[in-house]
Amino acid sequence: MTDSPRRTRLLIGLGVAVAILVARLFQIQILDDRYKRDASNNSMVYEMIYPTRGVIYDRTGRILVGNKVAYDILVTPREVQPFDTAALARVLGTGEDFIREKMEEYRQNRRRIGYQSVVMLRQVPAETYMRFDEVKYKFPGFKGMPRSIRDYPFNAGGNLLGYVSEVDQSFLDRHPGEYRRGDYAGKTGIEAAREKDLRGEKGYHIYLRNSKNQIEQSYRDGEMDVEAVPGKDIVTTIDAELQQYGQELMRNKVGSIVAIEPSSGEILALVSSPGIDVNQLADIGKYYDEIANNPYNPMYNRAVQASYPPGSVFKLVNGLIGLQEGVLTPQNRYPCSQGYHFGAKGKLGCHAHRSPLDMEESIMMSCNAYYCYVIRNILDNSKYQGIDDAMDHWREYAMSFGFGRKLGSDFPAELGGNIPTGKFYNKRYGKGHWNSVTVISLSIGQGEILATPMHLANFCATIANRGYYKIPHIIKDSEDIEIDPKYHQKQYTLVDTVHFPKVIQGMWRAVNSGFGSGGTASIAAVDGLDICGKTGTAQNPRGKDHSVFICFAPKDDPKIAVACFVENGGFGATWACPLASLMVEKYLKGGTSRPALEQRMKEGNTMVNVRTK
Amino acid sequence: MIRENYTQRGLRQSLDWKLVLCYLALVLIGWLNIYASVHSSEPASIFDFGVRSGKQFVWILTSFALALTILFVIPPSWWQGLSPWIYLGVVFLLGAVIFLGVEVKGSRSWFEFGPVRFQPAEVSKISTSLLLSMLLSRTGFRLSRPRDFFLAVAIIGLPMLIILGEKETGSALVYIGFIFVLYREGLSGWWLALIGLVILLFITTLTLSPYASLVILAALLILCNAFQDGRRFWRWIIYGGLAVLVLSLLPWLWGLVTGAVQARADAISNLAYVPRAGEEPRYFWSFLLKIRPVHFFIAAAGIGAVIGVYRSYRERNSFLGLSVAALIAGTLLVFSTDFIFDNVLQDHQRKRIEVLLGMKEDPSGVGYNVNQSKIAIGSGGFSGKGFLGGTQTTYGFVPEQSTDFIFCTVGEEWGFIGCLVVILLYVFLITRLIFDADRCRESFTRIYGYCVAACIFMHLFINIGMTVGIMPVIGIPLPLLSYGGSSLWAFTILIFIFLSLYRQEKKYF
Repeated sequence: MTDSPRRTRLLIGLGVAVAILVARLFQIQILDDRYKRDASNNSMVYEMIYPTRGVIYDRTGRILVGNKVAYDILVTPREVQPFDTAALARVLGTGEDFIREKMEEYRQNRRRIGYQSVVMLRQVPAETYMRFDEVKYKFPGFKGMPRSIRDYPFNAGGNLLGYVSEVDQSFLDRHPGEYRRGDYAGKTGIEAAREKDLRGEKGYHIYLRNSKNQIEQSYRDGEMDVEAVPGKDIVTTIDAELQQYGQELMRNKVGSIVAIEPSSGEILALVSSPGIDVNQLADIGKYYDEIANNPYNPMYNRAVQASYPPGSVFKLVNGLIGLQEGVLTPQNRYPCSQGYHFGAKGKLGCHAHRSPLDMEESIMMSCNAYYCYVIRNILDNSKYQGIDDAMDHWREYAMSFGFGRKLGSDFPAELGGNIPTGKFYNKRYGKGHWNSVTVISLSIGQGEILATPMHLANFCATIANRGYYKIPHIIKDSEDIEIDPKYHQKQYTLVDTVHFPKVIQGMWRAVNSGFGSGGTASIAAVDGLDICGKTGTAQNPRGKDHSVFICFAPKDDPKIAVACFVENGGFGATWACPLASLMVEKYLKGGTSRPALEQRMKEGNTMVNVRTK
Repeated sequence: MIRENYTQRGLRQSLDWKLVLCYLALVLIGWLNIYASVHSSEPASIFDFGVRSGKQFVWILTSFALALTILFVIPPSWWQGLSPWIYLGVVFLLGAVIFLGVEVKGSRSWFEFGPVRFQPAEVSKISTSLLLSMLLSRTGFRLSRPRDFFLAVAIIGLPMLIILGEKETGSALVYIGFIFVLYREGLSGWWLALIGLVILLFITTLTLSPYASLVILAALLILCNAFQDGRRFWRWIIYGGLAVLVLSLLPWLWGLVTGAVQARADAISNLAYVPRAGEEPRYFWSFLLKIRPVHFFIAAAGIGAVIGVYRSYRERNSFLGLSVAALIAGTLLVFSTDFIFDNVLQDHQRKRIEVLLGMKEDPSGVGYNVNQSKIAIGSGGFSGKGFLGGTQTTYGFVPEQSTDFIFCTVGEEWGFIGCLVVILLYVFLITRLIFDADRCRESFTRIYGYCVAACIFMHLFINIGMTVGIMPVIGIPLPLLSYGGSSLWAFTILIFIFLSLYRQEKKYF
């Protein structure tokens, strides 16, 4: 019976069966990558190593934001033995109910958690952790994991610096692939603007785990591990002491102070009041509701986000445009009889001062009527084809000073303010149905003009520089960071340098003419500092006038330009003017020679005048 | 001189050393892989009796002792005579274990003597092989004779049923392999085809639809008749093919018709026509909606069956008659499959089949084993992760990894190459057994050799098929590789009885 056909058929059958097995093996072992991937998902655990976040320094090398260690309390529910809930709650400073609730939650999710550890309590301060560490042996399954958190040695610039918090789902959606659940990221201010530099790069250790989710050993002896790269340090242009001083001055006031070094465009201080205390920043999660519900909205960075009518400060712009256009000479004198009269009974009022005035005096005494003449001369210039064309040219000048647009600073969430166009009025009144008188309030910085305190500070720096500015910025070049070269370029205005000295002279006289001279800003005068300034009193529909002041000093070698805005503070000279001059004095002299004024300013409260909704 | 040659042929010539070497190689590979599968980050010695590799070492040594005993102590001629008694004894044990055994993973198939556990189902393969060989080798035995056929089926079926009763479905399935032996000894090939057909219909009914499997059944039967009835080959192919084509397109065509009818009926019932009390709006063709494609099939099959029966009677064509019977039986099978599936199979078996056929994705439940097993094998790639380098098997992701899923360790640590080597060793073992068997003059030895080959093949195919996800998860060991004394002993005895019988042949002929 050898070589029977049946044996052959059986052998063929065997061959087919074996071929099926081999083909299947070929498929899953060689063709299909899925199983290799699944295998690593199965057995490898990536343990993230978080880099330390970059430190933020001020311009003098003081640390504004550093790092300190806090501890996350982790629980491995599978390892927990019955324990004294009350004792643990006491040690950790939480309620007993909190721990009970958490343990119940873990019990319900025990399948999903398996042998993993979960975070029960975040960012426990080191002192609490030390207390816990001593009695840890009583609570098997609980452990602490050090984690670096933000530390603020200097109470300066809460709004400016911004805060860091755990990423949420919408953040993850906006930054696909960059973050994972549980990561922290800068949400506002510098922390957000320079997130990419500050955060560093995460590393990981790969471990092998078994089917019960217990770590067995490190994968390939750590060959494939990636070490974390610490975040880059950042040097800001902020002067920590000036910033802190500004915050103290602005206490109980709503508004902002922006100080810029004119020659470089570096922001020396950016105060927004009321602001966020740095101690609240460190633990933003706890204070978030409190901050968000504050009627004065401390999260709102007024220095770059609040748009106000600039008021009389804007007269300087109109004056400079008039000079450049040739429709105004410094010698021009215009009369003022308690205001500017137009048409049958139209009048734009002014305060009492001697008349007529030339240009310098008009700045010094802040005459409204003078600038009504100026703006009408600009807008009714016959070289333009109609009022709307003239309007657009006027707008172009204004925008060359940075008004009506975002300055392009490195600070996030900057707003652009507004300078109206001819088209805008055409639309509102109908083409041909308006004239220079219709928009007469533009002459004194009211009407449709809106500017942020940052705009005003930049404008002041432009005057100090006699015709150019550098884009205000808050980050300096440093070892780790090179800033955009645009911040080093001079941005020239459309007004020639020759026209500035007269305006500056007017500003100098506004401050330094002494009381009784008619100068509006005499209170700002500090001996030897040659402060030049211009007050503003911005009418607004939200109650009492805003108090505005811009100034720079010293006159011939400007080191600092300041814009101060106090919401509902009244006259420019009442609050903004002394506050700004104190800032200048602090920066240039290191302290004040006018302690009484300083005292009065610090204690003053204008907040009561501010309407909250 | 010649006579002296017969008797003087010593161990070197008489024993099939290649087979023995293959056996040893597989046992060694098994032992190493058992060590690897219980290996963890805190390694123990391969001889450590606390772990399975150490215990397996003992099983291997005792197996060698058994092998030597069989080869040199027990006279080969005893086996034939003893086989009825062995068979009866084992059947007794199989029955007894249901009452006296301990329950392991839902089945009562183990005896426990202190630390040692013993599974009679493993031994039953030996006794069944022996008795089947004895029966089939009897002079005058003819499988075509119903009495003899049923006797053979009874010998195979009795232990199989008892093992099914122990809920050891996997072990019972192995007995299907004996059909290859019967085929080799003269059973009609149609029996093989029949079993294949039943399995095919079962699977298509569950995965596709009863209708689809009925069409497949009809197509296959027409094809068989075409080849059987050479004279009218083309007529069968053309008419039959046309019928099958129409039947397979029918659900789609009928869908168009019923769709149109349904739309019309809906339109009528939606008319602002208010019937008198008790009167429904009628649409004459609505009755078509109640007719399903399967009804057409039954009608067509009924007509075909009547014609077939008539023709087979007139032409004395028994094949055609059998085809008609097969068609009817197949149709009944298809319709009862759902019933079998839902009512006969046990819960865990049903789930395993569902997962296997891709009817349910269940990677964490029933599918967990297979999924993890595939991951382990698949992650081995071409050349594997190296001895003790596996992550899936080392860290316990694969369940039962030293017993039923030992092949995962091979797959993960030795890769495709390693799998190929192991499979080829088995192929060598099986073909060598078959060729050796065919060389024997004693029918008993020949048939027994085929039995051994069939058993090993069934274990091999079911076990590896299970680990790579083409067979349902039914726990049976991989011969010689899997951890476990019962299994290793059983296969050692199975193989070495054959070697002993074969040696006797070589010695004297």
